[in-house]
Amino acid sequence: MKLKSRGIKLIVLAAVLGTGLVSAGDYASVQTEDPVIKIVAKKFDYTPNEIKLKKGVPVILEFTTLDVFMGFKVPDLGVRADIIPGKVSRLRLVSDKVGTFPFVCDVFCGSGHENMTGTIVVTE
Amino acid sequence: MEKILDRREFLKLSGLAGVVFVSGLAGCSSMAKRSDAKEFYFVQLSDTHWGFKGPKVNPDAEGTLKKAVAAVNGLAQQPDFIVFTGDLTHTTDDPQERRKRLAEFREIVSELKVKKVHFMPGEHDASLDHGEAYQEFFGKTHYTFDHKGVHFIVLDNVSDPTASIGEAQLQWLATDLNAQPKDARIVVFTHRPLFDLYPQWDWATRDGDKAIALLMPHPNVTVFYGHIHQENHHMTGHIAHHSAKSLIFPLPAPGSQPKRTPLPWDAAQPYKGLGYRDIEADVQTAQYRITELPVVKG
Repeated sequence: MKLKSRGIKLIVLAAVLGTGLVSAGDYASVQTEDPVIKIVAKKFDYTPNEIKLKKGVPVILEFTTLDVFMGFKVPDLGVRADIIPGKVSRLRLVSDKVGTFPFVCDVFCGSGHENMTGTIVVTE
Repeated sequence: MEKILDRREFLKLSGLAGVVFVSGLAGCSSMAKRSDAKEFYFVQLSDTHWGFKGPKVNPDAEGTLKKAVAAVNGLAQQPDFIVFTGDLTHTTDDPQERRKRLAEFREIVSELKVKKVHFMPGEHDASLDHGEAYQEFFGKTHYTFDHKGVHFIVLDNVSDPTASIGEAQLQWLATDLNAQPKDARIVVFTHRPLFDLYPQWDWATRDGDKAIALLMPHPNVTVFYGHIHQENHHMTGHIAHHSAKSLIFPLPAPGSQPKRTPLPWDAAQPYKGLGYRDIEADVQTAQYRITELPVVKG
Protein backbone atom coordinates (compact mmCIF):
# COMPACT_ATOMS: atom_id res chain seq x y z
CA MET A 1 0.00 0.00 0.00
CA LYS A 2 2.84 2.32 0.91
CA LEU A 3 4.68 1.56 -2.33
CA LYS A 4 1.52 2.10 -4.33
CA SER A 5 1.02 5.48 -2.70
CA ARG A 6 4.56 6.51 -3.56
CA GLY A 7 4.07 5.34 -7.13
CA ILE A 8 0.95 7.47 -7.39
CA LYS A 9 2.89 10.45 -6.01
CA LEU A 10 5.49 10.05 -8.71
CA ILE A 11 2.90 9.76 -11.46
CA VAL A 12 1.09 12.82 -10.12
CA LEU A 13 4.38 14.76 -10.01
CA ALA A 14 5.15 13.81 -13.60
CA ALA A 15 1.65 14.88 -14.61
CA VAL A 16 2.00 18.20 -12.78
CA LEU A 17 5.30 18.85 -14.50
CA GLY A 18 3.49 18.01 -17.68
CA THR A 19 6.66 18.02 -19.68
CA GLY A 20 6.35 14.78 -21.56
CA LEU A 21 10.06 15.31 -21.99
CA VAL A 22 11.33 14.97 -18.51
CA SER A 23 9.84 13.76 -15.30
CA ALA A 24 11.56 14.37 -12.02
CA GLY A 25 11.14 13.33 -8.44
CA ASP A 26 13.12 14.08 -5.33
CA TYR A 27 11.97 11.20 -3.20
CA ALA A 28 14.62 9.74 -0.96
CA SER A 29 12.54 6.63 -0.47
CA VAL A 30 11.18 6.03 -3.95
CA GLN A 31 11.24 2.37 -4.97
CA THR A 32 12.05 1.83 -8.60
CA GLU A 33 13.52 -0.59 -11.09
CA ASP A 34 15.18 2.30 -12.89
CA PRO A 35 18.97 2.22 -13.04
CA VAL A 36 20.71 4.40 -10.50
CA ILE A 37 23.59 6.73 -11.29
CA LYS A 38 25.44 7.89 -8.20
CA ILE A 39 26.85 11.43 -8.32
CA VAL A 40 29.15 12.72 -5.61
CA ALA A 41 29.53 16.47 -5.18
CA LYS A 42 32.36 18.19 -3.37
CA LYS A 43 34.07 21.52 -3.57
CA PHE A 44 34.24 22.12 -6.50
CA ASP A 45 33.23 19.32 -8.82
CA TYR A 46 30.85 16.48 -9.48
CA THR A 47 31.97 12.87 -9.95
CA PRO A 48 31.12 11.90 -12.60
CA ASN A 49 30.74 15.21 -14.40
CA GLU A 50 29.52 13.62 -17.61
CA ILE A 51 26.35 11.55 -17.43
CA LYS A 52 25.36 9.44 -20.43
CA LEU A 53 21.70 8.61 -20.93
CA LYS A 54 19.62 6.98 -23.60
CA LYS A 55 16.66 8.83 -25.00
CA GLY A 56 13.43 7.72 -23.37
CA VAL A 57 15.15 5.55 -20.77
CA PRO A 58 14.51 6.69 -17.21
CA VAL A 59 17.27 6.78 -14.62
CA ILE A 60 17.55 7.77 -11.01
CA LEU A 61 20.29 10.30 -10.27
CA GLU A 62 21.40 9.79 -6.68
CA PHE A 63 23.32 12.65 -5.12
CA THR A 64 25.47 13.00 -2.04
CA THR A 65 27.87 15.75 -0.98
CA LEU A 66 31.17 15.28 0.80
CA ASP A 67 31.18 18.75 2.29
CA VAL A 68 28.68 21.60 1.85
CA PHE A 69 25.17 22.29 0.58
CA MET A 70 25.17 22.12 -3.21
CA GLY A 71 22.67 22.21 -6.03
CA PHE A 72 22.21 20.39 -9.31
CA LYS A 73 20.34 22.07 -12.11
CA VAL A 74 19.83 21.15 -15.75
CA PRO A 75 18.17 24.24 -17.21
CA ASP A 76 17.60 22.69 -20.63
CA LEU A 77 15.70 19.77 -19.09
CA GLY A 78 13.90 21.85 -16.48
CA VAL A 79 15.01 19.86 -13.45
CA ARG A 80 17.00 20.57 -10.31
CA ALA A 81 17.78 19.09 -6.91
CA ASP A 82 19.28 20.18 -3.62
CA ILE A 83 22.28 18.16 -2.46
CA ILE A 84 22.29 18.33 1.33
CA PRO A 85 25.10 17.17 3.62
CA GLY A 86 24.24 13.90 5.35
CA LYS A 87 21.35 13.11 3.04
CA VAL A 88 20.82 11.31 -0.23
CA SER A 89 18.85 13.20 -2.87
CA ARG A 90 17.27 11.39 -5.78
CA LEU A 91 16.05 12.78 -9.07
CA ARG A 92 14.23 10.67 -11.65
CA LEU A 93 15.12 11.77 -15.12
CA VAL A 94 13.93 10.69 -18.55
CA SER A 95 14.58 12.77 -21.61
CA ASP A 96 12.86 12.33 -24.96
CA LYS A 97 15.32 14.60 -26.71
CA VAL A 98 18.90 13.90 -27.64
CA GLY A 99 21.74 16.34 -27.13
CA THR A 100 24.31 17.61 -24.71
CA PHE A 101 22.85 19.53 -21.81
CA PRO A 102 25.00 21.37 -19.25
CA PHE A 103 24.30 21.13 -15.56
CA VAL A 104 25.45 23.56 -12.89
CA CYS A 105 25.54 23.99 -9.16
CA ASP A 106 22.87 26.60 -8.43
CA VAL A 107 23.67 26.97 -4.73
CA PHE A 108 26.67 29.23 -4.12
CA CYS A 109 29.25 27.01 -2.45
CA GLY A 110 32.54 28.92 -2.46
CA SER A 111 35.44 30.18 -4.51
CA GLY A 112 35.20 27.45 -7.13
CA HIS A 113 31.41 27.55 -7.44
CA GLU A 114 31.58 28.79 -11.01
CA ASN A 115 33.56 25.67 -11.96
CA MET A 116 30.94 23.23 -10.68
CA THR A 117 29.56 22.15 -13.98
CA GLY A 118 29.08 19.05 -16.08
CA THR A 119 27.06 17.70 -18.96
CA ILE A 120 24.30 15.23 -19.57
CA VAL A 121 24.69 13.53 -22.94
CA VAL A 122 21.51 11.94 -24.29
CA THR A 123 21.81 9.67 -27.31
CA GLU A 124 19.37 7.56 -29.36
CA MET B 1 20.13 70.83 -17.76
CA GLU B 2 22.97 73.16 -18.61
CA LYS B 3 25.29 71.33 -16.25
CA ILE B 4 24.46 67.95 -17.77
CA LEU B 5 25.12 69.19 -21.30
CA ASP B 6 28.45 70.56 -20.13
CA ARG B 7 29.35 67.18 -18.69
CA ARG B 8 28.32 65.31 -21.85
CA GLU B 9 30.45 67.67 -23.87
CA PHE B 10 33.35 67.08 -21.51
CA LEU B 11 33.07 63.29 -21.82
CA LYS B 12 32.93 63.59 -25.58
CA LEU B 13 35.87 65.96 -25.84
CA SER B 14 37.99 63.97 -23.40
CA GLY B 15 37.40 60.76 -25.30
CA LEU B 16 36.03 59.10 -22.19
CA ALA B 17 32.54 58.36 -23.39
CA GLY B 18 31.88 54.84 -24.58
CA VAL B 19 28.66 53.39 -25.88
CA VAL B 20 25.64 55.42 -24.97
CA PHE B 21 22.43 53.55 -24.36
CA VAL B 22 19.13 55.25 -23.74
CA SER B 23 16.63 53.30 -21.71
CA GLY B 24 13.06 54.21 -21.00
CA LEU B 25 9.60 54.44 -22.34
CA ALA B 26 8.91 56.40 -25.49
CA GLY B 27 5.31 56.88 -24.43
CA CYS B 28 6.32 58.74 -21.33
CA SER B 29 7.10 61.90 -23.24
CA SER B 30 3.39 62.46 -23.63
CA MET B 31 2.81 62.38 -19.91
CA ALA B 32 1.94 65.54 -18.11
CA LYS B 33 5.01 67.35 -16.89
CA ARG B 34 5.63 66.68 -13.24
CA SER B 35 6.11 69.62 -11.00
CA ASP B 36 9.17 67.95 -9.48
CA ALA B 37 10.72 67.08 -12.85
CA LYS B 38 14.50 67.08 -12.61
CA GLU B 39 17.54 65.59 -14.18
CA PHE B 40 20.49 64.23 -12.33
CA TYR B 41 23.14 61.60 -12.80
CA PHE B 42 24.68 58.87 -10.77
CA VAL B 43 27.54 56.42 -11.28
CA GLN B 44 27.31 52.62 -11.15
CA LEU B 45 30.35 50.49 -10.33
CA SER B 46 30.10 46.75 -10.04
CA ASP B 47 31.88 43.50 -9.34
CA THR B 48 35.12 44.87 -7.96
CA HIS B 49 36.00 41.49 -6.35
CA TRP B 50 38.54 42.97 -3.95
CA GLY B 51 40.91 40.17 -2.89
CA PHE B 52 40.84 38.35 -6.22
CA LYS B 53 44.18 37.08 -7.45
CA GLY B 54 44.67 35.89 -11.02
CA PRO B 55 47.46 37.52 -13.00
CA LYS B 56 46.35 35.93 -16.26
CA VAL B 57 43.02 37.74 -16.18
CA ASN B 58 44.05 40.86 -14.26
CA PRO B 59 47.69 41.48 -13.34
CA ASP B 60 46.61 44.75 -11.73
CA ALA B 61 43.97 43.25 -9.42
CA GLU B 62 45.16 45.42 -6.55
CA GLY B 63 45.21 48.58 -8.64
CA THR B 64 42.06 48.46 -10.74
CA LEU B 65 39.60 49.52 -8.06
CA LYS B 66 41.88 52.35 -6.99
CA LYS B 67 42.14 53.50 -10.60
CA ALA B 68 38.35 53.43 -10.90
CA VAL B 69 38.01 55.52 -7.75
CA ALA B 70 40.49 58.01 -9.21
CA ALA B 71 38.60 58.03 -12.51
CA VAL B 72 35.28 58.81 -10.79
CA ASN B 73 36.95 61.49 -8.69
CA GLY B 74 38.28 62.98 -11.92
CA LEU B 75 34.87 63.44 -13.52
CA ALA B 76 34.35 67.11 -14.30
CA GLN B 77 30.95 67.10 -12.67
CA GLN B 78 30.55 64.81 -9.71
CA PRO B 79 27.50 62.53 -9.64
CA ASP B 80 24.68 62.97 -7.15
CA PHE B 81 25.51 59.53 -5.78
CA ILE B 82 27.39 56.33 -6.52
CA VAL B 83 26.11 52.77 -6.37
CA PHE B 84 28.08 49.54 -6.16
CA THR B 85 25.96 46.64 -7.40
CA GLY B 86 27.58 43.81 -5.50
CA ASP B 87 30.57 41.48 -5.41
CA LEU B 88 32.53 44.16 -3.63
CA THR B 89 34.93 41.43 -2.53
CA HIS B 90 36.00 38.07 -3.90
CA THR B 91 34.71 35.15 -1.91
CA THR B 92 36.74 33.35 0.71
CA ASP B 93 35.87 30.48 3.05
CA ASP B 94 37.70 32.25 5.88
CA PRO B 95 35.36 34.57 7.83
CA GLN B 96 38.31 36.64 9.09
CA GLU B 97 39.68 37.09 5.59
CA ARG B 98 36.19 38.04 4.37
CA ARG B 99 36.05 40.83 6.95
CA LYS B 100 39.57 41.93 6.07
CA ARG B 101 38.61 42.24 2.41
CA LEU B 102 35.41 44.11 3.24
CA ALA B 103 37.40 46.50 5.46
CA GLU B 104 40.00 47.09 2.76
CA PHE B 105 37.33 47.67 0.15
CA ARG B 106 35.57 50.18 2.41
CA GLU B 107 38.85 51.98 3.02
CA ILE B 108 39.61 52.27 -0.71
CA VAL B 109 36.17 53.58 -1.69
CA SER B 110 36.23 56.04 1.21
CA GLU B 111 38.52 58.02 -1.10
CA LEU B 112 35.59 58.79 -3.38
CA LYS B 113 34.85 62.51 -3.37
CA VAL B 114 31.13 61.81 -3.44
CA LYS B 115 30.12 60.64 0.00
CA LYS B 116 26.63 59.49 -0.88
CA VAL B 117 27.42 55.89 -1.79
CA HIS B 118 24.96 53.00 -1.84
CA PHE B 119 26.11 49.42 -1.49
CA MET B 120 24.63 45.98 -1.88
CA PRO B 121 26.18 42.55 -1.67
CA GLY B 122 26.93 40.03 -4.37
CA GLU B 123 27.07 36.30 -3.80
CA HIS B 124 30.84 36.54 -3.27
CA ASP B 125 30.25 38.91 -0.33
CA ALA B 126 27.26 37.32 1.28
CA SER B 127 26.25 33.84 0.18
CA LEU B 128 28.56 31.84 2.45
CA ASP B 129 27.42 33.52 5.68
CA HIS B 130 23.97 34.80 4.69
CA GLY B 131 25.28 38.37 4.62
CA GLU B 132 26.50 38.43 8.21
CA ALA B 133 29.93 39.97 7.58
CA TYR B 134 28.62 42.29 4.87
CA GLN B 135 26.01 43.72 7.23
CA GLU B 136 28.68 44.46 9.84
CA PHE B 137 30.31 46.81 7.36
CA PHE B 138 27.52 48.11 5.14
CA GLY B 139 24.24 47.54 6.95
CA LYS B 140 21.04 46.33 5.39
CA THR B 141 21.14 44.24 2.23
CA HIS B 142 17.78 45.45 0.94
CA TYR B 143 16.39 48.94 1.36
CA THR B 144 14.91 51.88 -0.49
CA PHE B 145 15.81 55.52 -0.91
CA ASP B 146 14.37 58.43 -2.83
CA HIS B 147 16.27 60.95 -4.86
CA LYS B 148 14.86 63.89 -6.81
CA GLY B 149 11.62 62.19 -7.73
CA VAL B 150 12.94 58.67 -8.32
CA HIS B 151 12.22 55.81 -5.95
CA PHE B 152 15.21 53.47 -5.72
CA ILE B 153 14.80 49.89 -4.49
CA VAL B 154 17.78 47.73 -3.58
CA LEU B 155 16.95 44.03 -3.77
CA ASP B 156 19.08 41.29 -2.23
CA ASN B 157 19.16 38.10 -4.32
CA VAL B 158 22.45 36.79 -2.95
CA SER B 159 22.37 36.44 0.84
CA ASP B 160 20.39 33.26 0.31
CA PRO B 161 22.94 30.95 -1.37
CA THR B 162 20.18 29.49 -3.52
CA ALA B 163 20.03 32.85 -5.34
CA SER B 164 16.56 33.54 -4.04
CA ILE B 165 14.97 36.79 -2.93
CA GLY B 166 12.73 34.92 -0.54
CA GLU B 167 9.12 35.32 0.46
CA ALA B 168 9.79 37.81 3.29
CA GLN B 169 11.66 40.21 1.04
CA LEU B 170 9.11 39.78 -1.75
CA GLN B 171 6.38 40.73 0.72
CA TRP B 172 8.45 43.75 1.76
CA LEU B 173 8.77 44.68 -1.94
CA ALA B 174 5.03 44.33 -2.49
CA THR B 175 4.30 46.57 0.49
CA ASP B 176 6.76 49.18 -0.71
CA LEU B 177 5.40 49.17 -4.26
CA ASN B 178 1.82 49.45 -3.02
CA ALA B 179 2.79 52.66 -1.25
CA GLN B 180 4.08 54.25 -4.48
CA PRO B 181 1.93 56.22 -6.90
CA LYS B 182 1.11 54.29 -10.05
CA ASP B 183 3.35 56.47 -12.21
CA ALA B 184 6.25 56.50 -9.74
CA ARG B 185 9.69 56.55 -11.30
CA ILE B 186 11.21 53.33 -9.97
CA VAL B 187 14.76 52.11 -10.32
CA VAL B 188 15.78 48.71 -8.97
CA PHE B 189 19.38 47.91 -8.07
CA THR B 190 20.28 44.28 -7.60
CA HIS B 191 23.20 41.95 -8.17
CA ARG B 192 21.97 38.99 -10.16
CA PRO B 193 19.69 39.31 -13.17
CA LEU B 194 16.07 39.06 -12.09
CA PHE B 195 15.24 37.21 -15.28
CA ASP B 196 16.67 33.95 -16.67
CA LEU B 197 19.53 35.49 -18.61
CA TYR B 198 21.51 32.26 -18.95
CA PRO B 199 20.71 29.71 -16.23
CA GLN B 200 23.23 27.32 -17.78
CA TRP B 201 25.84 29.58 -16.19
CA ASP B 202 23.75 30.31 -13.11
CA TRP B 203 22.91 33.78 -14.43
CA ALA B 204 19.46 33.98 -12.92
CA THR B 205 17.51 34.56 -9.72
CA ARG B 206 15.47 31.55 -8.66
CA ASP B 207 12.40 33.59 -7.75
CA GLY B 208 13.21 36.65 -9.85
CA ASP B 209 10.01 36.14 -11.83
CA LYS B 210 8.04 36.93 -8.66
CA ALA B 211 9.83 40.26 -8.26
CA ILE B 212 9.22 41.11 -11.92
CA ALA B 213 5.54 40.23 -11.50
CA LEU B 214 5.30 42.68 -8.61
CA LEU B 215 7.07 45.40 -10.62
CA MET B 216 5.09 44.82 -13.81
CA PRO B 217 1.99 46.90 -12.91
CA HIS B 218 4.23 49.95 -12.59
CA PRO B 219 4.84 51.60 -15.96
CA ASN B 220 8.15 53.27 -15.14
CA VAL B 221 10.61 50.67 -13.88
CA THR B 222 14.25 50.18 -14.84
CA VAL B 223 16.67 47.64 -13.34
CA PHE B 224 20.44 48.02 -13.04
CA TYR B 225 22.46 45.03 -11.95
CA GLY B 226 25.91 43.36 -12.10
CA HIS B 227 27.04 39.74 -11.74
CA ILE B 228 27.74 38.91 -15.39
CA HIS B 229 30.77 41.24 -15.83
CA GLN B 230 29.60 42.75 -19.09
CA GLU B 231 26.94 44.97 -20.55
CA ASN B 232 23.64 43.35 -21.32
CA HIS B 233 20.38 45.07 -22.15
CA HIS B 234 17.16 43.12 -21.92
CA MET B 235 13.44 43.82 -21.73
CA THR B 236 10.87 41.89 -19.73
CA GLY B 237 7.70 43.52 -20.99
CA HIS B 238 8.17 47.25 -20.47
CA ILE B 239 10.90 46.80 -17.83
CA ALA B 240 14.47 47.37 -19.00
CA HIS B 241 17.33 45.48 -17.34
CA HIS B 242 20.90 46.75 -17.76
CA SER B 243 23.94 44.86 -16.47
CA ALA B 244 27.23 46.62 -15.83
CA LYS B 245 30.82 45.83 -16.61
CA SER B 246 33.11 44.54 -13.89
CA LEU B 247 36.16 46.18 -12.38
CA ILE B 248 38.21 42.99 -12.13
CA PHE B 249 37.75 40.78 -15.23
CA PRO B 250 35.27 40.46 -18.07
CA LEU B 251 33.25 37.30 -18.62
CA PRO B 252 32.29 35.87 -22.01
CA ALA B 253 28.98 36.56 -23.68
CA PRO B 254 26.31 34.12 -22.52
CA GLY B 255 26.78 30.74 -24.18
CA SER B 256 29.63 31.95 -26.37
CA GLN B 257 32.03 29.33 -25.02
CA PRO B 258 31.59 26.05 -23.13
CA LYS B 259 32.48 27.48 -19.72
CA ARG B 260 32.05 30.88 -18.13
CA THR B 261 35.77 31.32 -17.55
CA PRO B 262 37.07 34.90 -17.37
CA LEU B 263 38.40 36.43 -20.55
CA PRO B 264 42.20 36.64 -20.50
CA TRP B 265 44.02 39.91 -19.97
CA ASP B 266 45.03 41.58 -23.22
CA ALA B 267 48.43 43.20 -22.70
CA ALA B 268 47.96 45.20 -25.88
CA GLN B 269 44.69 46.60 -24.51
CA PRO B 270 44.96 46.59 -20.73
CA TYR B 271 41.70 46.93 -18.79
CA LYS B 272 39.76 46.02 -21.94
CA GLY B 273 36.23 44.98 -21.05
CA LEU B 274 36.38 46.64 -17.64
CA GLY B 275 34.71 49.89 -16.72
CA TYR B 276 31.96 51.74 -14.98
CA ARG B 277 29.06 53.82 -16.18
CA ASP B 278 27.32 57.07 -15.61
CA ILE B 279 23.57 57.15 -15.77
CA GLU B 280 21.60 60.31 -16.40
CA ALA B 281 18.08 60.19 -15.11
CA ASP B 282 15.44 62.27 -16.84
CA VAL B 283 12.74 62.10 -14.23
CA GLN B 284 10.02 63.58 -16.40
CA THR B 285 10.31 61.00 -19.17
CA ALA B 286 11.61 58.15 -16.97
CA GLN B 287 14.51 57.74 -19.37
CA TYR B 288 18.03 56.79 -18.38
CA ARG B 289 20.96 57.68 -20.56
CA ILE B 290 23.82 55.24 -19.93
CA THR B 291 27.38 56.14 -20.83
CA GLU B 292 30.02 53.45 -20.45
CA LEU B 293 33.36 54.73 -19.17
CA PRO B 294 36.77 53.01 -19.07
CA VAL B 295 38.93 52.45 -15.99
CA VAL B 296 41.76 54.35 -17.62
CA LYS B 297 41.65 56.67 -20.55
CA GLY B 298 42.76 54.74 -23.65
